[in-house]
Amino acid sequence: MKLLRTAILSAAMVTAGAAYGQQAIKIGVMNDMAGTYADLAGPGSVIAARMAIEDLGDLTKGWKIEVVGADHQNKPDIGSNVVRQWIDVDKVDVIVDVPTSSVALAVNEIVKEKNKAFLVSGAAASDLTGPRCSPNTVHWTYDTWALANGTGNAIVKTGGDSWFFLTADYAFGHALERDTMAVVNKNGGKVVGSVRHPFPGQDFSSFLLQAQASKAKIIGLANAGADTTNAIKQAAEFGITQKGQNLAGLLVFLTDIHGLGLKTAQGLIFTEAWYWDMNDANRAFAKRFAAANRGVHPSMVHAGVYSSVQHYVKSVIALKSAADGKAVVEHMKKNKTKDALFGEGEIRVDGRKIHPMYLFEVKKPEESKGPWDYYKLRATIPANEAFRPLAEGKCPLVSG
Amino acid sequence: MDINLPALFGQLLIGLINGSFYALLSLGLAVIFGMLNIINFAHGAQYMMGAFVAYFLLQFAGLNYWWALIVAPVIVGGFGILIERAFLQWLYKLDHLYGLLLTFGLALVIQGLFRHQYGSSGLPYQIPPQLTGVRDLGFTFLPNYRAWVVVFSLVVCLGTWFIIEKTRLGAYLRAATENPTLVRAFGINVPRMITLTYGFGVALAALAGVMAAPIYAVNPTMGADIIIVVFAVVVIGGMGSIMGAIVTGFGLGVVEGLTKYFFPEASNTVIFVIMVIVLVTRPAGLFGRAA
Repeated sequence: MKLLRTAILSAAMVTAGAAYGQQAIKIGVMNDMAGTYADLAGPGSVIAARMAIEDLGDLTKGWKIEVVGADHQNKPDIGSNVVRQWIDVDKVDVIVDVPTSSVALAVNEIVKEKNKAFLVSGAAASDLTGPRCSPNTVHWTYDTWALANGTGNAIVKTGGDSWFFLTADYAFGHALERDTMAVVNKNGGKVVGSVRHPFPGQDFSSFLLQAQASKAKIIGLANAGADTTNAIKQAAEFGITQKGQNLAGLLVFLTDIHGLGLKTAQGLIFTEAWYWDMNDANRAFAKRFAAANRGVHPSMVHAGVYSSVQHYVKSVIALKSAADGKAVVEHMKKNKTKDALFGEGEIRVDGRKIHPMYLFEVKKPEESKGPWDYYKLRATIPANEAFRPLAEGKCPLVSG
Repeated sequence: MDINLPALFGQLLIGLINGSFYALLSLGLAVIFGMLNIINFAHGAQYMMGAFVAYFLLQFAGLNYWWALIVAPVIVGGFGILIERAFLQWLYKLDHLYGLLLTFGLALVIQGLFRHQYGSSGLPYQIPPQLTGVRDLGFTFLPNYRAWVVVFSLVVCLGTWFIIEKTRLGAYLRAATENPTLVRAFGINVPRMITLTYGFGVALAALAGVMAAPIYAVNPTMGADIIIVVFAVVVIGGMGSIMGAIVTGFGLGVVEGLTKYFFPEASNTVIFVIMVIVLVTRPAGLFGRAA
């Protein structure tokens, strides 16, 4: 018995020694690793987080930084369990990525309760920096308001003034629909109807027929991933676009265009935060990333994971501790962001990362030089116009 | 909601189209269950493989959609035969549960391998040029491709039903399920017949996959999404009943189409509600023979 106690004690001392001898950060990348969002986030986000740390070079000397990944299967209950386990048992300091807004909103609460940090790249709901904002959360890459603002504005102003929405029936779809409706109405357009489809869906033809019957000029796709690509594919099949109605993909990723093929996707207009072929730094990143990710090029979600992890790690190192998540996020907000992919920027008090957004159009097959050469830039939305004004978000952190 | 008759007819038609996929897939399941007593959970993965093989044929062998309709089911059916020889043949004497677990595991492995190799966002596959275009039916628009899907799957379904229920070969098959020893005594190679039947069921799944490739994203999870619904269809129709699978496949497609019109949020659930009702009132299914 005594022997056993000594053994346990000495084992405890050894582990404690390891923990205190070297400062450590544990980064947990959680997303959809195998389902509909696995290509636009998935294992690629883990690769991006590892690259971010690699690229910090000497700065991380004396720190032991570990990246772990997990699959939330797009289910809030599974995501919540993983995060609790990570924080309570595995001592993870920061949760990263988390596409699927319903999961992100659940994680948002847990991270706040446990006082860790949450860097959102994949999730879209603008509520994360609105009514549900948290002192422990930074929303990095994009949000539903920015998508609606970019794409909605551009389309209404070029004559697309009546809309019908095809909306994924969960938090993200609802948020995207709501934010886009607001933009359409503000610009003098009108919304003639909407239909909510189960997530994830497979056959959208019924919904497309309803959209067709509505006679709306624009069919807004308030969904993502395979839902969007299936809807676009089937809209082409029903000849909806030839008959004068246009599709607005409100959230489209590079990997979606790859899956659709340019023949079907050409001409589609949408808003993104980042594209790999915009400058040398992005291209260099894409080349390394693709080599590690079976040739698949990085989406804006991957780029956001990279940049947010770098900014977070810099703040932790400056504070010499990751223990107090709120303090780290506060430090992140006080200091300007600067990295290879998003350039210079800042994080607002509500947790919103501010940077320009871009309106892209999908190239015609003959304009593309090969796989992954898909976008041409239509317009740049400057940083000060790209995101929802601070005062309009109803975030409790703003007034207080 | 005011009921708009043209729109309603449109939805009925769409339902029929989706129903033809349900019918083709549940038919394969019914054949396999009826003849082999195996609950083939790998059916969704085999359907997905059909779509992927169609893509490979186009990319690497230059074989178009029409070739894929013939070649892909043969390739995937051959793969099914290998599975039957390697694994399933040892399970016939055991409880259904073993076959179910084995095929479920196989489905996960196959899906995982495809996802690892090709990612989750899918691969592009175009509608064959002969079938592009849309027909204006007055009350709705019908893409030519979908019309083809309905007609072709009806022909395949009825053909299969005819072979199994009305021909001599079908009679041997049914007899072999009833009493293999006796059939073998007549000099018929029962194990080979069973193997080929499994291959045929799998080929039907692959055929549905090829037909789905131009309209649904060709991605590794396409089978997992549809297979649960198809199982519900089979349960409602009655396990092992060929005609039951066909009729319920089309019927439930229509019911689902109507739900999408009246109450879209419930369209994923309605089939399971019907399944529960059928299981409570007629446990053997609408067309099933009580065990």
